[in-house]
Amino acid sequence: MSVGNIIVWIVWIAAAAACIGSALAVVALRNALYSALALIGNLISLAVFYLLLSAEFVAAAQVLIYAGAVMVMFLFVIAYVGWDKDIAWTGGPRWQTLGSVVAAAALLCELVVVIVLGAANDLKRTDHVSANFGSASSVGRVFMSNHLLAFEVISIVLLVAAIGGVILGAQKQRRRSGGLR
Amino acid sequence: MLGPAIAWYLVVGSAIFAIGAAGVMLRRNPLIMLLSLELMLNGANLVLIAFARLHNSPGGQVFALAVMAVAAAEVVVGLGLVVAMARRKIEIDVDLLSRLRK
Repeated sequence: MSVGNIIVWIVWIAAAAACIGSALAVVALRNALYSALALIGNLISLAVFYLLLSAEFVAAAQVLIYAGAVMVMFLFVIAYVGWDKDIAWTGGPRWQTLGSVVAAAALLCELVVVIVLGAANDLKRTDHVSANFGSASSVGRVFMSNHLLAFEVISIVLLVAAIGGVILGAQKQRRRSGGLR
Repeated sequence: MLGPAIAWYLVVGSAIFAIGAAGVMLRRNPLIMLLSLELMLNGANLVLIAFARLHNSPGGQVFALAVMAVAAAEVVVGLGLVVAMARRKIEIDVDLLSRLRK
């Protein structure tokens, strides 16, 4: 094992521990504000994984857009709604809690079994990638040529979401009879 | 080959997805349900990028960027709903949101 390999392994294990730990914290913490902060940690440790997988542009976009813009919006709304309000874990009976944990564990077991079965034969990655793999230029070239329709559809989705956000958040001044106030 | 094999990345992605799914089913606070949905999307994103590295093609990374955009749209609409709930003085609890009108 070379020194570089050992360093990559150490970084990987640290990132994996941070990832799983912060994901558990998002679900387990009672306070929504702390959950959001834990999710920011989760997103940043995922960006470390993306760098290890030589996806530099996606890692940068993850930190800038996700951990930056989207989570700031989340924190604004949590502050608006009031983060000190404690809502209990579940409302339903005990079997509902148990059932959801069992369902999630079954999902994880199923996925891990599929990965282990696949890892035996066809999960061998190539050792070397081209120098600009994952750079903004290579991702942008593929995005703008092969996946141009997806790009345009994404822009329409974002436009519709922005309009929906404005309609949901707009304070209606005049009252109409019937519909939503 | 530096670092662990691709399968380990896939296992971490699956674990994050399962934790997020448990969060969506367990929690009643819609804000934390949205955060758990983000976890699920990010687990899928990690798997997509691991497969992009496996097949040495940037298509998976393009897909991950698309998932990020969809996540942003989902957050906008979900947070709009939460703000609308708070404005109409409905308690922030999905069990009480059985109807869309007060």
